Formats: sequence, structure tokens, C-alpha cells
Amino acid sequence: MSLSKEDAARGYWKENLRFMMILLVIWFSVSFGAGILFVDALDNIQFFGFPLGFWFAQQGSIYAFVILIFVYVWKMNRLDRKYDVHEE
Amino acid sequence: MDTQTLIYLFVGGTFALYIAIAIWSRAGSTSEYYVASKGVHPIANGMATGADWMSAASFISMAGIISFTGYDGSVYLMGWTGGYVLLAMCLAPYLRKFGKFTVPEFVGERYYSQTARVVAVICVIFISFTYVAGQMRGVGIVFSRYLQVDINLGVMIGMAIVFFYAVLGGMKGITYTQVAQYCVMIFAYMVPAIYISLLITGNPIPQLGFGSEVTGTGMSVLERLNGLGAELGFSEYTDGSKSTIDVFFITMALMVGTAGLPHVIVRFFTTPTVRDARKSAGYALLFIAILYTTAPAVAAFARTNLLTTIPNVAYENIPQWFSNWETAGLVAWQDKNNDGVVQYGPGAPFAGAPNFAGETGEYGQRVVTNTPTDLENELYVDRDIMVLANPEIAELPGWVVALIAAGGLAAALSTAAGLLLVISTSVSHDLLKSNMMPNISEKKELLAARIAAGVAILIAGIFGIYPPAFVAQVVAFAFGLAAASFFPVIVMGIFSKKMNKEGAIAGMAVGLTFTFCYIVFFKFISPELDNAANWWFGISPEGIGTLGMIFNFIAAVAVASFTKAPPEHIQHLIEDIRVPRGAGAAVDH
Repeated sequence: MSLSKEDAARGYWKENLRFMMILLVIWFSVSFGAGILFVDALDNIQFFGFPLGFWFAQQGSIYAFVILIFVYVWKMNRLDRKYDVHEE
Repeated sequence: MDTQTLIYLFVGGTFALYIAIAIWSRAGSTSEYYVASKGVHPIANGMATGADWMSAASFISMAGIISFTGYDGSVYLMGWTGGYVLLAMCLAPYLRKFGKFTVPEFVGERYYSQTARVVAVICVIFISFTYVAGQMRGVGIVFSRYLQVDINLGVMIGMAIVFFYAVLGGMKGITYTQVAQYCVMIFAYMVPAIYISLLITGNPIPQLGFGSEVTGTGMSVLERLNGLGAELGFSEYTDGSKSTIDVFFITMALMVGTAGLPHVIVRFFTTPTVRDARKSAGYALLFIAILYTTAPAVAAFARTNLLTTIPNVAYENIPQWFSNWETAGLVAWQDKNNDGVVQYGPGAPFAGAPNFAGETGEYGQRVVTNTPTDLENELYVDRDIMVLANPEIAELPGWVVALIAAGGLAAALSTAAGLLLVISTSVSHDLLKSNMMPNISEKKELLAARIAAGVAILIAGIFGIYPPAFVAQVVAFAFGLAAASFFPVIVMGIFSKKMNKEGAIAGMAVGLTFTFCYIVFFKFISPELDNAANWWFGISPEGIGTLGMIFNFIAAVAVASFTKAPPEHIQHLIEDIRVPRGAGAAVDH
């Protein structure tokens, strides 16, 4: 029983890390990518009255951050149950 | 009722509310005092975190900074929100599972070292005092501007209020007052923002108005800003003047620094479960994002308004709000070419803040005695005006002005209280209880925490009354040091089982020393060299914490690779904090 519990913890951690990496890649792309590194290229595109790069830097990245955290919350709650490590 | 009576009514009313909450939620045990017995609902904790985080600077100054720097101001918007993603995914759930009271406590236990804990305490105290000095000054300024009392008296009233609810209520009292303060401040921020958005674009939602057309021009707000600016010789609003590498490094330092600030981290110790810790990080950012997505819109509207109503207008025809704030000393006009018309352009009109002669000139302006610069610009505008003058620019009723006064005070007081609590907790719990007097009873520890909070408030108040000249320069310190010290050490403590005491101490020492020396060199020793030509890789002192963090990681991994792995009970501790189950019980073990 103790062994399978350890296996579960290991599997849980691996999936958690993989999922976290995906979300952090998005986190990096919307802010450092779209808002800073590629801002000049994206500014050539118009988006609801904004140059797109500028919009990402002052609006879009912040919306994306909020969504990312709530996706993380939702996904982790499911992961907790899948590996039976959730709080009672 | 006149505006002045309304201001007294609003400010007095909110203060009475905070005190009532403090009496209702006073703390009786150390657990209540340090972490509100870990019983705070995630939405309430999200609001409290929002109020804790958004200071007088966010409320009053941020929109103004963006207004004058355009795209470059984005570093604050992304930097001060993106850190919450890191907090939610890399720190908050695991620190909540660890289940103790303070950040130094985690550092000390995870790295089985009192030295690491003491280093952490010193960082906490330094970072928090740096921050709190600015808050108390902010309280004083709001008081003097709106209530016509002396700045020093304002600071003292602020101290008395914070003293009352922080010392009495501890974390529990602070949490519930912060919930109230969040509501006051977000309402105070949004009402004028909605009105000014309606006034300029006809759209009631500032975030959407930001991208809409300026009424009657057929141009979007940003096109109009770029156009108006170009006529006066300003660079484009949507383009920055900072280098890409500097923007990158400053944003990263602010994000990582946010995630490493002790008064923010500690808020996630107060939720009942790990699940709630994650969720409350989401709510916190949602509540913060409401203000942070509105601020750049307010910045653009206020600037559009400034550029359409002031430049090339004869002083006799200047709008009423201009003369009002000229009386307050936040705007000034120096008629360099004696034509009676206000010329506005890039650069400072004269060196430093305006120095008024006390007489009025031929057009009724307040005469400024500063030595003029060679530039054509004749207009001095304090950046804070972009938020403070909004109600008058939009011709709003007196109660909105009163609301801004109450909101500014809520922003400053809530942040100050959170910081003071962290300082008092570090002293009573991490220094006294764990180092100097391990046998101290809970009752005495609680008393010590309260005395420490009282002393911290006094010191903060003295900083507010006699503001050290370096306050503005040391803000870079708070974020840089948090980024270069706490963030790497905590992240490695959770995500690496191999990271040991030696590695962590080496990492903190390298990261801190490097960041500290770089900032001290450019800000204090040789401020004349503080420009891009002399910076390493073009990174300003504001962004150097990012490099400090990288050095911290490298040094820690290098040292850990040839020293002894952490003992077995630490490996078990790490395995334990990685899974949520059992967080309720973790408080007692």
C-alpha cells in the first residue's frame, strides 16, 4: 500500500510539473514574447483600435495571467482527485 | 454639502469602519495574530491580498507614470501582475502545505539552518521598511492635500489608525480591514475612470474606451495621442525609449520580486487548505487586474485631455482645474518667451520641483523662481495629477473627490499594515522565539509581537515625517533583493530535493551581494554614471535583480553539486509539501 502511495505521489508530481511548464510557456509568451521581444513586429497589426504589441503589454498579458491561474486551479483540483491526494 | 465636509465625512466614516472591524476581529492567540488561524475564505483573502499589494504608488502614481512614459510604463503593468502566476504555481500551494507562520521559518527548516533563517529575517526587515516608509509619507500627503492638515499631523493620524488595528487585531484584524479597504479603493478608482472614459470616448468601460475613437475626431485614442504628441515633439506614446533588454530585465525583476515579497507570500499562509491557497491567488490577481487594466486607460485619457486643453492656450483661458492644482503646487507655468501662452514639449521646463515666489505674474499665474532650462517647454506637471485631478477634469461632483481621498488613504494604510505585521512577526517569531528565547510562552510571544508592531509603526512614522532622501532610489532595492534572495531559495527548496544548506546560503549570499553592490554603486556611489553606456549589458539598477537571481541559481547549484545532500528528514519534508493532502494537520506537527 505504501509503495503504491509513493507511486501515486511520483506520478502526481510528474504531471504537475509538465502542466506547470506548459502554463509558464504561455505566461512567458504573452508578456515577454508578445509584449516585449516581438512588440515592434506585432505593433504593425491593428487590434480593436490598439497596435497589437502595445495591447499585449498594457492589457492582454494581464487578462492572460488571470485566466492562466484559474486554469491552473481547475486542472490541479482534477489532478488532486485523479491521484487521490486531495484534501478531505 | 460642500466638498470639504464630504471629504471629512468619507474619510471619517471609513476610519470608523476600520476600527470597528479591528475590535470585532481582535486576535487572542499567536496563530490568530500571525495567520488569522488559517481560516480566511479564498475570496476574502484575494481582496485582502489585492489591498495589501496595491499601495499608494499603485493608486495615485502608476497611471501618471504611464501617462508620461507611454509604452515604457508597461514594465509596471506586466511586472506587478505577472508575479502572481509564479506565486500561484511555484510558491503559494507548497508554502501553505508547509503550514507554518513566516517565510524565514520555511527557509530555516527546509535548509536545516539557523544562519539561513537569520539571513532571511534581515532581508524581510530591510525589504519591508524600505516599502513602508513610502506608505506613511503617502498617508501624510493625502491628508495634507485633502484635509488641509499638516503632513506630519497626517502621518501621526495614520500611525494611530494602523497601530490600533494592526496591534490589536494582528493578521486577523488586518485581513478583514483590508477586505473593506479593497472595496473602498476599487470603487474610488473606478468611478472617475468610468466618467472620464465616457467623457472622452463615450464608452463607459475604460478598458474598451482605451481602444475606441475619441468623440468627434474619427481617430482612436492612441492614434490621437501619437498625433498630438508628434506635433509637440514627443516620441510616439505607443513606442518606448528604453532598450528591449532593459524592459525585459526590469519586467522580470518586478515579477520575480513580487513573487518573493514576504508580505505577499504570507497572505497565502492564511487560507484553510492548499486548494484555497491556489484559488485565492487567482482571486487576488483578478481583483488587482481590475485596477491594473484600468490604469493604462486612465493614463491615456488624462494625457489626451492634457494635450488638447493646455498646450498653446493663453493662460487667461486655461481651464479651472489647472489653476486649482497650480495653487496646490502640482502644476506650474514659467512664461519663458513672455507671450502669455503655455508652451509644452519634451524635457523639464526648469530644474527640480517648482519654487513659488509667492506673487502672481501679469496673467495671474504663480511666479516660479527656478532657473529655466534651454528647452522650449514651459509647463511643469506632477505625475500624480493624472489621478488626483481627474474628478475636476471630468467635472464630477464633490463626493467623487471625497471618494478619491478615502481611496488613497485605504491604499496606503492597507499596504503599511501588511508590511508592519510581517516585520513584527519576524522579530517575535523568527528572532525571539526561535533564536533568543525558545522557551517563551505563547502569551509572551504574542505580547512581544504586539510590542514589535508598535515599535515598527513608530519607526515607519519617523520615516514618514522625516523622509530620507533616498526613498525613491531604494524601491529598486526591495524588488531586486526579493528577486535575488527569496524567490530562488524558496523555488529550489520546493522543486529540488538535492538543494542543500550550503547551496542555498551560497546562492543567497552571491545574489544579494551582487544586486546590493550594483544598486549601491549606481544609485549612491556614482550616480553620475547611472546611464545605459555604463550599465552591464545595458541593464539598469531597476532590472539588475534578474541577473542577481540568475547568479543565485548558478551559485546554489554549483555549490550543492559537490557538498553533502540534505538529510533524509528534509527529503521527506519536501515529498510531504508537494502533495496537498494533510494540510489541515500540518499546522500542529
